[in-house]
Amino acid sequence: MARFRVNGVAQELDIEPEMPLLWALRDELGLTGTKFGCGVAACGACTVQVNGNPVRSCVTPVSAVEGTDITTIEGLAVNAAAALSPVQQAWIDHQVPQCGYCQSGMIMAVSALLTANPNPSDDEIDGAITNICRCGTYPRVRKAIRSLTAATTA
Amino acid sequence: MKINRRRFLLGTTVVGGGLLIGYATTRPSKHSVANDTLAENGQSFLTTWLRIDPDNTVTVLVPHSEMGQGVLTSLPMMAADELDADWDLVRVEQAPATDLFANGVLVKGFAQSLGVSVPGFLDGAINKVSEIMNIQITGGSSSVRFTGENGMRVAGAAAREMLIKTAAARWEVPESELTARLSHVHHEASGRTATYGELASDAARFEPSPTPRLKEPHEFTLMGKPIPRIDIPAKVDGTAAFGMDARLPGMLYAAVKTSPVFGNKLVSVNSDVALQRRGVVRVVELDDAVAVVADNYWRAKQALAALDIQFEATANDQVSTQSIYAQFDTALQGELSEDVEEGDTPTALAGAATTIDATYRVPYLAHAAMEPMNCTVHFHDSKADVWTGTQDNLGIRGRVASVSGLDENDVTMHMFYLGGGFGRRLPNTTNTIDQATRIAQQFDVPVQTIWSREEDMQQDYYRPAVTSAFRAGFDASNNLIAWENHYTTKNEPAEAAHPPYSIPNKSIAYADSSTHVPTGAWRSVAHSQHTFFLESFVDELAHKAGKNPYQFRLDMLRDKPRHAAVLKTAAERAGWERNLPEGHAMGIALQESFGSIVAQVAEVSINSDGSVRVHRVTCALDCGRSVNPDTVASQAESGIIYGLTAALYGEITIANGRVEQTNFNDYEMLRLSDSPEIDVVTIESGAALGGLGEPATPPVAAAVANAVYILTGQRVRELPLKNYRFTAAPVERVA
Repeated sequence: MARFRVNGVAQELDIEPEMPLLWALRDELGLTGTKFGCGVAACGACTVQVNGNPVRSCVTPVSAVEGTDITTIEGLAVNAAAALSPVQQAWIDHQVPQCGYCQSGMIMAVSALLTANPNPSDDEIDGAITNICRCGTYPRVRKAIRSLTAATTA
Repeated sequence: MKINRRRFLLGTTVVGGGLLIGYATTRPSKHSVANDTLAENGQSFLTTWLRIDPDNTVTVLVPHSEMGQGVLTSLPMMAADELDADWDLVRVEQAPATDLFANGVLVKGFAQSLGVSVPGFLDGAINKVSEIMNIQITGGSSSVRFTGENGMRVAGAAAREMLIKTAAARWEVPESELTARLSHVHHEASGRTATYGELASDAARFEPSPTPRLKEPHEFTLMGKPIPRIDIPAKVDGTAAFGMDARLPGMLYAAVKTSPVFGNKLVSVNSDVALQRRGVVRVVELDDAVAVVADNYWRAKQALAALDIQFEATANDQVSTQSIYAQFDTALQGELSEDVEEGDTPTALAGAATTIDATYRVPYLAHAAMEPMNCTVHFHDSKADVWTGTQDNLGIRGRVASVSGLDENDVTMHMFYLGGGFGRRLPNTTNTIDQATRIAQQFDVPVQTIWSREEDMQQDYYRPAVTSAFRAGFDASNNLIAWENHYTTKNEPAEAAHPPYSIPNKSIAYADSSTHVPTGAWRSVAHSQHTFFLESFVDELAHKAGKNPYQFRLDMLRDKPRHAAVLKTAAERAGWERNLPEGHAMGIALQESFGSIVAQVAEVSINSDGSVRVHRVTCALDCGRSVNPDTVASQAESGIIYGLTAALYGEITIANGRVEQTNFNDYEMLRLSDSPEIDVVTIESGAALGGLGEPATPPVAAAVANAVYILTGQRVRELPLKNYRFTAAPVERVA
């Protein structure tokens, strides 16, 4: 039995311990906001937060997240004062998404970065945000991140 | 009312012809069919694309797919502007995938873009063609320039006229005394006012005019403004549903392995191994593939991996990138088909003071959309329901019907956002759809077929690999007098290999050389390969002639003022003549595609490991007029990054008949860390609208390679750049 909390709700799933968290979220819990992109932790579309840390859920077996607090895109705004978290609002303000498929993972990764490091350098942003976006929203991703940080350059 | 295709094909027309906004004959117009069949709760269709509700909301039905290009915002802007609708009261829906919403305007637009003059009396016939051909396609950078400009604006303006006519009749005042503003019709003299919602049901009784008065640009209230995209809020909170997010009661998931050598048939599979595993329901054997169907995708995928699958051996097992390139070289020595023949190129080359030869190649490329290919199908009651994201819902409806043998009207499409299109989700690239249909046919519950990233990468319809050989000649005064170009594969669009420059003698021809590798449209189609070839070779010629590559181009654009203006704007904006940081250089490239002209300047340096670093891309573009300037900029940014990813990293290679690359770890993508700063400047020339989804992709590879030449002295004639280790050894500085 796999036990963890997702967006504050306790879950108990009778699934294989080696099932990746991604498929437990999507196919067992119906939380489709977290996306499948590559299955090998190369693209970041499946990024969720486990105890606040960004994790690529496509290669993370549920046995590795036993007892943890998991936040998905659906739960990101739960602790925000507004309907959207600051990162989500910045994404709208800067019109970041295009097709939008990678953006759940992108937003989860950025939000984890800014929680841990509210004022990252450009190098720190580059090192932390390695998600792939085929639509090429990178210039706007950087602008949106910069709108949330004090510094405007490294 | 059910619209039956067979009856239609037999000629007993249910849905008449006519431009989508209607026509005046005895047959029912499209909007009245919509009112009879689709309107509910007092709703009124004034055209098939515009519905007005009693609460005064206007709903625009968009016959194009949203894949990030902003079409769910730009097309409604165009209709709402002409309608004088209050944007706050405008809603958007995806047009249903039914005959009624086949896109005749698009067919006419493409025909006109090919130089075919289409008289108005043929509109009805064109509309029929669009229905028969299931046209609801999103591609060719066509949505705004054709559907928007010739369809949505006309629909909005026609509906506005119908509303004014209705108010005039109701108040018994001349139409000329009425004004429409923010979803209300006003009679200033009497102070009377009515909402569109109050007028719509009476207005719907009029026939929409096919030639309403359209606004002049200075009258626009929405077009030209950076209106925020309607689809974005759902894309930041996880609620935007893509095809893979379809969730249905009792659904099953299929994982598929197709013969890695394209077209080879399945010989055997030990299905029992999979059937013993948890959650596995069935193993489905297809002609050239095996599917494992289970109650969870991961379980299906794991079981599939445990199988021993044998495919037949064929001669194609011997094919490699090297054998294909050798085949291309042979084909170019054989019989060629004429593309362009102007002047007398052989004589000009024979008499030239100097000639230059160069042969260029680019490899196959995968689309690698972020959402791996998938499709969900449910067969029940001799009908089918389909859930998928596609660039042509009507086309996919037809495809599922033809694969399953159902009538098209017994197939219902459920539309979703696309996790990337780029040409991969067009109606002629349906291997995933075909498989999903055949798998689901064996079940009475919905089955979601999902391709792994590996399948997605290895079963694509690839951008064609192309070899292109050039010979050019200068006269004794260093004027370019002859241009000969022989390339493989006929181009779509045909003009992709045509240089914009004035050169007196041109001979361009192609050789067909087919392989077993499936190919398809890849963002900007043949322009992405040929702009790299043309604009690199032109650059070679400039250096050979001892001229500044920017000035060399400009000098040959005297009869192309729009091209010259775009080139000049890019150069000036980028600071072409300024001093660059040590170790940096600039390259420039120009191309017209899909009606838009784009020039780009790339600022580049060489990293200490010999790889290429692109710091900044300046992009000047003339698309006539920007409907939504923010979307124009984002499409340019997107197109540049797509093209730059290909230039730096993109390479699909073939060995033993199959694709060697498997996933993003060996088919690398540009990421945030290597993404350049991008500066987009638009030129509002007022020319006919050009497309935007594709035109920014072609020039960037040549712009970067041309800068690399300045930095290293090495002319890049094959992509991608990742295969080179450059040493910065400047031979000349022209900037």
